[in-house]
Amino acid sequence: MPHRVARRALLAGGALTLAGAGAAALVTTAGPEPSTVDFGGQAVPFHGPHQAGIETPAQAHAAFVALDLKPGTDRAALARLMRLLTDDAARLTRGTPPLADGQPELAAVPARLTVTFGFGPGLFDAAGLVAQRPESLRPLPAFGIDRLRPQWCDGDLLLQICADDPVTVAHAQRMLVKDARAFASVRWVQRGFRRARGMQDDGVTQRNVLGQVDGTANPEPGTDVFAGAVWTDEGPEWLRGGGTTLVLRRIRAELETWDAADTVGKEFAVGRRLADGAPLTGRHEHDPLDLGAKNAIGFPVISEFSHAARAHVLSDRQRIFRRPYNYDEPPAADGTADAGLVFASFQRDIARQFLPIQRNLAEADLLNEWITPIGSAVFAIPPGCEEGGWIGQALLG
Amino acid sequence: MSLPLRTFGAALLLTLAGCGASSTPSAVPSQSALVVKDPWVKTADSGMSAAYGTVMNTGGKDVTIVSVASTASPMMELHETTMVDGKMAMKPKEGGFTIPAHGSHEFKPGGDHFMLMDVKTPVKPGDQVTFTLTLQGGDTVRFTALGKDFAGGNESYQPGMG
Repeated sequence: MPHRVARRALLAGGALTLAGAGAAALVTTAGPEPSTVDFGGQAVPFHGPHQAGIETPAQAHAAFVALDLKPGTDRAALARLMRLLTDDAARLTRGTPPLADGQPELAAVPARLTVTFGFGPGLFDAAGLVAQRPESLRPLPAFGIDRLRPQWCDGDLLLQICADDPVTVAHAQRMLVKDARAFASVRWVQRGFRRARGMQDDGVTQRNVLGQVDGTANPEPGTDVFAGAVWTDEGPEWLRGGGTTLVLRRIRAELETWDAADTVGKEFAVGRRLADGAPLTGRHEHDPLDLGAKNAIGFPVISEFSHAARAHVLSDRQRIFRRPYNYDEPPAADGTADAGLVFASFQRDIARQFLPIQRNLAEADLLNEWITPIGSAVFAIPPGCEEGGWIGQALLG
Repeated sequence: MSLPLRTFGAALLLTLAGCGASSTPSAVPSQSALVVKDPWVKTADSGMSAAYGTVMNTGGKDVTIVSVASTASPMMELHETTMVDGKMAMKPKEGGFTIPAHGSHEFKPGGDHFMLMDVKTPVKPGDQVTFTLTLQGGDTVRFTALGKDFAGGNESYQPGMG
């Protein structure tokens, strides 16, 4: 099955290349036959060893909600909060209204809704469980390229709400925030989007607002490589086996200067072709990078300072799983874009996987000229739960 | 009145069956044929509050609920909500609620409910509050309701209207 998905993705990528080259003939006029796929009715199981919304193929819409715990929200209160939110999420994700839903009619379209909970560093202080905090769960060190704004940083509790329909996301967010507000205040919300479901074959690697194919080097969900890279197997017992960590970075795309660069310059900076995401040394998106290949005058085809080369890791255990969303806020009065990436990276351990890659990128990635991190937050993602249990029970119960 | 409620109950069961979900964990199994599905209670530090849920009668005989008690409020009443002078008002239900065989009855904001008359142990969000229904004949049914903040359910009380 994974092979079939990959092949379909490849075919679609090929079609995209042609379309990108101006072959408008590939765009078909809408036919009379309605779609037979009920995307809205599809539900992702909430319960299981892992939380949904990580290995789940990324839905079209996302809201990342960070909450600050109010003073007095201690371990017992956190247990009550997580019992409530788990109950809400379990019901919403199967397309039924949560208890006390003021707009129960809106719950009828699950559209692959997932709700994924994350615990920020401060939650462990509030719960009096500092010893249970994963060692590398702390704000990332400052990088030279960062221009962080406090309004997009940190947070005690994360709700990652994803679905293929924006109304479903809005309703889930409303219900969860309503139940959380006795315990916490809203610190920030970051909304993101990808292509709408059904616009392309499932499995096509998404493009970011810079136009790049983004996420090619991801470990493939459902594989041992994915499991070895993502599910935490060391550190505090409560997180092991089913849990992971999330680094969430808000990365502004400098579209004005990116537009001023030519295609050769852009591709040199990335190390991949814009048209199809293939490495400059390859023919297809998923071809491996050939970092040893030289051009006619003896220079590397893929620059050692390119994004692909800087982000490349040698071991599968070093890989990170990216699940990013685009953002696009209203432009400034003069038309300057405010767009970029809500960059979500899942990995076993932040210090062993994310930080080495981020250091490499911060040092010398050519792409840095066009991207600026403006937000940063880290969360431990507890394992999933079975019916009757709640997320975080092994830590807070 | 009982027909649409029964239909609603059936729809709920269908939905659950379709998702392969088992019964709600908070529904306490008992010898009685009654099962309380999706129970919740409006949070309150003191004073009045109310609990809701769908009571399903899985047996072949009608069952009548004659009273209700809880750990949060020593004083409780079974309430129905009716229109009085153009306003929704609630009052004690004479004779209790009869749940028809293989039928169900929904207790919900703006409708029938389990009334906490005088909350002594605050009901906080996420609390699990135990309720006990007493049936005609003396059997009891326990259920655990989840404390939820809720803005609605503010019908005025008309004790004299019974």
